[in-house]
Amino acid sequence: MAVKVRIPTPLQRLTQGKEEVEGAGGTIISLVNDLDRKYPGLAERVSENGKIRRFVNIYVNDEDIRFLNAEETLVKDGDEVSIVPAIAGGTDRRL
Amino acid sequence: MGHVKGLKCRECGREYPVDPIYVCEFCFGPLEVGYDYKSIAKAITRKKIEQRPQTLWRYRELLPIDGDPLVGLASGFTPLVKADNLAREIGIDELFIKDDTVVHPTLSFKDRVVAVALTKAKEFDFDTVACASTGNLAHSVSAHGARAGFKRFIFIPASLEASKIVASLVYEPNLIAVDGNYDEVNRLCSEVANKYRWAFVNINIRPFYAEGSKTIGFEIVEQMGWKAPDHIVVPCASGSLLTKVWKALKEFKQIGILKELDTKIFGAQATGCGPIATAVKAGTDVIRPVKPNTIAKSLAIGNPADGFYASQVIKETGGYAEDVSDQEIIDAIKLLARTEGIFAETAGGVTLASAIKLIKAGRITREGTTVICITGNGLKTQEALQGHTMMPHHIKPSLASFEGVLGKISRGD
Repeated sequence: MAVKVRIPTPLQRLTQGKEEVEGAGGTIISLVNDLDRKYPGLAERVSENGKIRRFVNIYVNDEDIRFLNAEETLVKDGDEVSIVPAIAGGTDRRL
Repeated sequence: MGHVKGLKCRECGREYPVDPIYVCEFCFGPLEVGYDYKSIAKAITRKKIEQRPQTLWRYRELLPIDGDPLVGLASGFTPLVKADNLAREIGIDELFIKDDTVVHPTLSFKDRVVAVALTKAKEFDFDTVACASTGNLAHSVSAHGARAGFKRFIFIPASLEASKIVASLVYEPNLIAVDGNYDEVNRLCSEVANKYRWAFVNINIRPFYAEGSKTIGFEIVEQMGWKAPDHIVVPCASGSLLTKVWKALKEFKQIGILKELDTKIFGAQATGCGPIATAVKAGTDVIRPVKPNTIAKSLAIGNPADGFYASQVIKETGGYAEDVSDQEIIDAIKLLARTEGIFAETAGGVTLASAIKLIKAGRITREGTTVICITGNGLKTQEALQGHTMMPHHIKPSLASFEGVLGKISRGD
């Protein structure tokens, strides 16, 4: 088992079209860097200098990581992580 | 000849050509219009602006169009009313109301942004314009679009009040009533915008559309005698208006039209939907989305797209933000009407009520000049006042009956 990560359409070109990929547990930022080794280019699209970009939302089991422990939020095997571009004018999918 | 250099990502700075696009392909940040301020500084002066017709297009060099204005040729340049009665009531020396209850043609500041958006849509050669809206924007796109000859698709939540639906339908757009809340309408519109080549004013035309809000800032400065006020109070929904009012002031400074700029910008929200005010008060730049519950429906955006930038402007200028209850909103609408004869929609109540709190708390000082932005007309949201106004005096059609009532009125019963 591993962490399941849902990839948004604009980034699926980097994951060979896969909507869902698997990564290693740990902090969110380490997960992003782990994915980048398998899918080069992914980390710079969603993060900069170790921080998740402002217009990229990341959810762990449906909770926004900004309200957990941000980049340092820990994820473990079986957790589900979603990467969702905020897109100016867009709204929170869970409201 | 326009002065636009191109579009630029507000986050990572990547540059894009002038196209109907709104998101940075790389980092998903919002795109913003960039100008050549050197050429603008050469092209306009105070005098040149003053000689032009009194519409928002008198600042056209600072708006993102290439040719002549094509839509909203009578929009903008609303009164800046010196509000001495209200100033006395709320304990402040000099107060002005920027009165956008009377923008042509649909009585809200949305007529400004839509004038710019539809002119740009013509330049991009679109034949269809669209928007997702619960009110003011729907009215404006329906009306401006009718005159400009566009096909129009207006998406609204099906549960909207009948009066608001009529105020769009009269212009005969294609009104699409979606079985869902505003959030779901918005999401649907993003999908529609991806599939059809339409000009969605607040999606793919958003970078251009949003620039229209700057004209409130330009007008305030000109109407104050080419000076920036000490305080401006702006209502926040997405936060875009507040950031653009500040951008307008900075641009005037940059091109030399304003000599000095030391204005504090204040944000106003309803407590039932106050994610920006909450963040400002907590001293954080993380905007926590909320589920709106307020009578100020035109401000009910729970996840404000420009919330971060609005909070930055407030911080940068030394302003603050406040939020107010439904009762405070109603009281403020009535106060504005009673003292200054201006009937504002619920958002106007939010702005005035927030200003009063900011004055009481000493965030807005008694001294100096304060401008309150009233952005829409109260005739559109009359249901909010149901049961909160005085009652008429009912009489028989006789002088005796009238004088009976007059006696009571004179005695103050």
